[in-house]
Amino acid sequence: MIQVQHDDFDLAKEYSALIESNHSDGAVVTFVGLVRDFNQGNRILGLNLEHYPGMTEKALQEIVLDAKKRWELGRIKIIHRIGQLAVNEQIVFVGVTSKHRANAFAATEFIMDFLKTKAPFWKKETSENHQYWVDAKQSDHKKAQQW
Amino acid sequence: MIKVLFFAKIREQLKTSEIVVNENPETVGDLRKLLWLNGPDWKSNLSNDTSLVAVNQSLRDDSMPLKQGDEVAFFPPVTGG
Repeated sequence: MIQVQHDDFDLAKEYSALIESNHSDGAVVTFVGLVRDFNQGNRILGLNLEHYPGMTEKALQEIVLDAKKRWELGRIKIIHRIGQLAVNEQIVFVGVTSKHRANAFAATEFIMDFLKTKAPFWKKETSENHQYWVDAKQSDHKKAQQW
Repeated sequence: MIKVLFFAKIREQLKTSEIVVNENPETVGDLRKLLWLNGPDWKSNLSNDTSLVAVNQSLRDDSMPLKQGDEVAFFPPVTGG
């Protein structure tokens, strides 16, 4: 299940939904990404997240389907926030369940690696002096290519 | 008619989020060249090196054929997560 939203999310509630009446899975892996105070040499006050409505959801759905082809997985949840976010706020949640831990660990990392290189989100950061669009990182692309 | 969308830095630089193209470019590459005619800003912002392109909300390249009613979007490399 995929949600793109302005609102914050509650990790405890998301975790409960992943395990509720889920008798077949023995592993749950969750990842949360936050807004950091320093990026690319600048002190960050906050950022604005823009996206491409419609394509974002489609791209995330395709990443989930790819993950399900690679590993036997139980439940998958992705939440990505958009709009204005301050330092330390939550940006993204990925939760994956599986029978044993290896699949859930791998799939969570796979989903994040492809979310960062394929899903149409863009960050515009605000530092003390100015606002600027964040550059895509070569290291993120290298990481996604490893799969 | 082809709907063309722009996002993030490209949207800001071109000062537009959406245009309609009435010509009939055969491919994404042809559309790109058509848009370059709008001026140097368009050529630099919509170059093959600096922009990604989606057709009907899936990532594609310049060889992708276009048809009437398609939605094409140009945007910078993505930076979510």
